[in-house]
Amino acid sequence: MFHISNGDSMKDLRYERIASNHKASENKGKNGIVAFVSGGILGALAEGLINFYSSIFDISRNDATSIMIVTFIFIASLFTALGFFDKLVNRFKCGLLIPITGFAHAMTSSAMDYKKEGLVYGIGMNIFKLAGSVILYGVVAAWFFGMIRYFIGGAL
Amino acid sequence: MLYFNSFLFCGFICLMGQLILDNSKLTPGHITSLFVVIGAFLDTFSIYDFIIKKVGGGALIPITSFGHSLIHGALAKSNSMGFMGLLMGMFDLTATGITAAIIFSFVFSLIFKPKN
Repeated sequence: MFHISNGDSMKDLRYERIASNHKASENKGKNGIVAFVSGGILGALAEGLINFYSSIFDISRNDATSIMIVTFIFIASLFTALGFFDKLVNRFKCGLLIPITGFAHAMTSSAMDYKKEGLVYGIGMNIFKLAGSVILYGVVAAWFFGMIRYFIGGAL
Repeated sequence: MLYFNSFLFCGFICLMGQLILDNSKLTPGHITSLFVVIGAFLDTFSIYDFIIKKVGGGALIPITSFGHSLIHGALAKSNSMGFMGLLMGMFDLTATGITAAIIFSFVFSLIFKPKN
């Protein structure tokens, strides 16, 4: 009994040392710069797409924004379904997760993961597994802050 | 100039997310939820509208703009419908994004086979 627990704690110690070595090699500063640059490029691309759509279709900036968001969601969904968006996310991390591409990625990947459990119990019940919390807390926060604005500051 | 501002602002938001991800135990799910709440909070007194005017597309692509669109649609509807407008207009502006995400992810998950 004593021997087993002793061996376990030795194993834990060794595991922790190995784990901490790997953590140290993961460069936080580099991760931050990569996220900053990739996110920034996506932002500039979004601005470019808005200008492109509003000039080519002759529509207002607000409508062009909607089409721009649909474009990004389409690309992120397609790349996730094809299987190589996960590798891009591993490399760029928050640069791809914080923009709207992360939302589409979460929905498509949970739909793909549970596809084998069937259309209703698999895809239907799990498609909002990760993205659901974004919608839930977004709606609750928007309602709460909207109430504050409505009663204190007046409507828009 | 808008391009440069877009680059800086969207990059800054992603950098913030990455710093939180690296220096705490929060997962990307926590961070996106947190940023949506922050976006809704910033639009309570029209700060996010001001940012969008200065920054352009770079402020419309991070997940914070999702929270901004939710509260913006709700407040715009409450202008004409009063208190109930907060509930009626909630999804007015984000309907495009949510509908597109649902349809594309459903169709693509039906068409393509999971890799592993």
